[in-house]
Amino acid sequence: MMKGGRHLRSRGSARARRDFRTGLLFAMPWIIGFTVFVAYPIGASLYYSLCEFDGIRTPKWIGLANYRTMLLEDELFWRSLANTLYMVVIGLPIGMIVSLVIALLLNQRIRGMTFYRTLFYLPSITPIVATSILWLWLFNPQIGLINILLASIGVRDAPGWLTDPTWSKSALIIMGLWGAGGSMVIYLAALQDVPQALVEAAHLDGAGPIQAFRHVTVPMLSPVILFNLVMGLIGSFQYFTQAYVMTAGGPQDSTMFYALHLFNRAFLDFRMGYASAMAWALFIVTLACTAIVLRSSARWVYYAGEEA
Amino acid sequence: MIRAPSIARAVVTHGILVGVGAIFSLPFFWLVSTALKADTQVLAMPPVWVPRPVRWDNFPRALEYIPYVQYALNTLRICALSVVGTVLSCSLVAYSLARVRWIGRELVFFSLLGVMILPGQVTMIPTFTLFKWLHWIGTILPLVAPSFFGNAFYIFLLRQFYRTIPQELSDAARIDGCSDLAILLRVIMPLARPALATVGLFTFIGAWNDFLGPLLYLNDEGSYTLAIGLQRFVSQHGAEWSMLMAASTVMTLPIVVIFFFAQRTFIQGVTLTGIKG
Repeated sequence: MMKGGRHLRSRGSARARRDFRTGLLFAMPWIIGFTVFVAYPIGASLYYSLCEFDGIRTPKWIGLANYRTMLLEDELFWRSLANTLYMVVIGLPIGMIVSLVIALLLNQRIRGMTFYRTLFYLPSITPIVATSILWLWLFNPQIGLINILLASIGVRDAPGWLTDPTWSKSALIIMGLWGAGGSMVIYLAALQDVPQALVEAAHLDGAGPIQAFRHVTVPMLSPVILFNLVMGLIGSFQYFTQAYVMTAGGPQDSTMFYALHLFNRAFLDFRMGYASAMAWALFIVTLACTAIVLRSSARWVYYAGEEA
Repeated sequence: MIRAPSIARAVVTHGILVGVGAIFSLPFFWLVSTALKADTQVLAMPPVWVPRPVRWDNFPRALEYIPYVQYALNTLRICALSVVGTVLSCSLVAYSLARVRWIGRELVFFSLLGVMILPGQVTMIPTFTLFKWLHWIGTILPLVAPSFFGNAFYIFLLRQFYRTIPQELSDAARIDGCSDLAILLRVIMPLARPALATVGLFTFIGAWNDFLGPLLYLNDEGSYTLAIGLQRFVSQHGAEWSMLMAASTVMTLPIVVIFFFAQRTFIQGVTLTGIKG
């Protein structure tokens, strides 16, 4: 203590300088990585989006033409955007509710909790390619397990799932529910932090289980709900692998999602300028949605210890 | 008044859990069951639940179709390098953000948050052309080199953990003549072992399961990873369900085994993400 404190004042600026050097040096991997793999690509992709660019020849400046084509001529752009929004607006909330309900069930101090937690969590870390192939088989309209089970309970015209444009997105959402364990464990960890005393106090004040849930549990969970919502939002806008492996965007473009359309334009047609314009549109849409959610969160997210 | 319904509630809760649990395990059951069936039983109506006879030889057959061992080794190499790179680089950066006071660290911190919400598609094309310019396409370098420059999520996670380690420990080590690097290696990292294990584990699983990266950068069959190899296998052998399920089982198995051995690390990881406060 003595040794360190004796020259503290005179060494103050030397210490600050040393800390600056150390901080900068240790952060260097990120600073270099950010420059090379984030900052430069962001600038380059903005530039490409204003060019005709096939990935080989020098980009040729064409102004806003890519954006004009995208918004006015490319029907698939709108189709893929609508398909993606379907996953965001319908698929994401269903997934969030299912994972919250399972977490609530597991939070009842019941026996076998570890077993169930494992069972529900495992699908979420199963390789997506393996999951996709498995569900391709389960959803097979003629010989897949799902339609066999439906037939056994008397459902005659079972859907064609991934082969039917009206059912294909629902099929993907159902498959997504199997991976709900990922956010379930996050809810569960947060639920176990809700002070039991608060819930009991609510009961003493005459609140029923539903009121206690609404006015105690949900506010305590709200930061985690926000986290899962933002992460889910960003993830849903980039929905790709399942569609690439299972349907390649079909049938009739019903699972042509934005990221898949973008990938195909960039790496099948080598229209990399156009794909860059699409990437920027995606960025703006994602950013706007995230901003709306974060802004609204001031009204519904409760941070413990922040209340006046 | 409160006791009686709570028993009923426990029964209902268990009932629902058993039901939902059955639904969640069914795909796994069907995966393994199909993998062990003879072709005639795969298509049998009504469905055969437990294969008879059990066709264990589906597995060696599937591993011949898809050069599993080679793909697994390719994947493992990428996983190992990614884990080493990520743990080292994220540790350094997290130390800088959590334990050193310097101008600019807020800026670095905000750049982390920004990257978390940036869609990968925005950087995908220029990054691809950059790697092409470096003649790295077809090698594993585009898949592993970036991990040596840190990952926003894991830096964030480690920063949260490093902040909880008492400052006195660093001060004591400094008085004993330790440099910052020595403090990180000998004081902070040993204490942060659970957090580092979480980062290593999630990086491993992420690399094992990654599809888009290998799809973009590996164009030579000899260098395929399991994810890409399996997808190619589907497009070639579309309807051979027992083979496909056997191959999928073998790709999933290591993840399940890792989970059972490192269950606590997984669950800790969830708590560690620092989203709870």
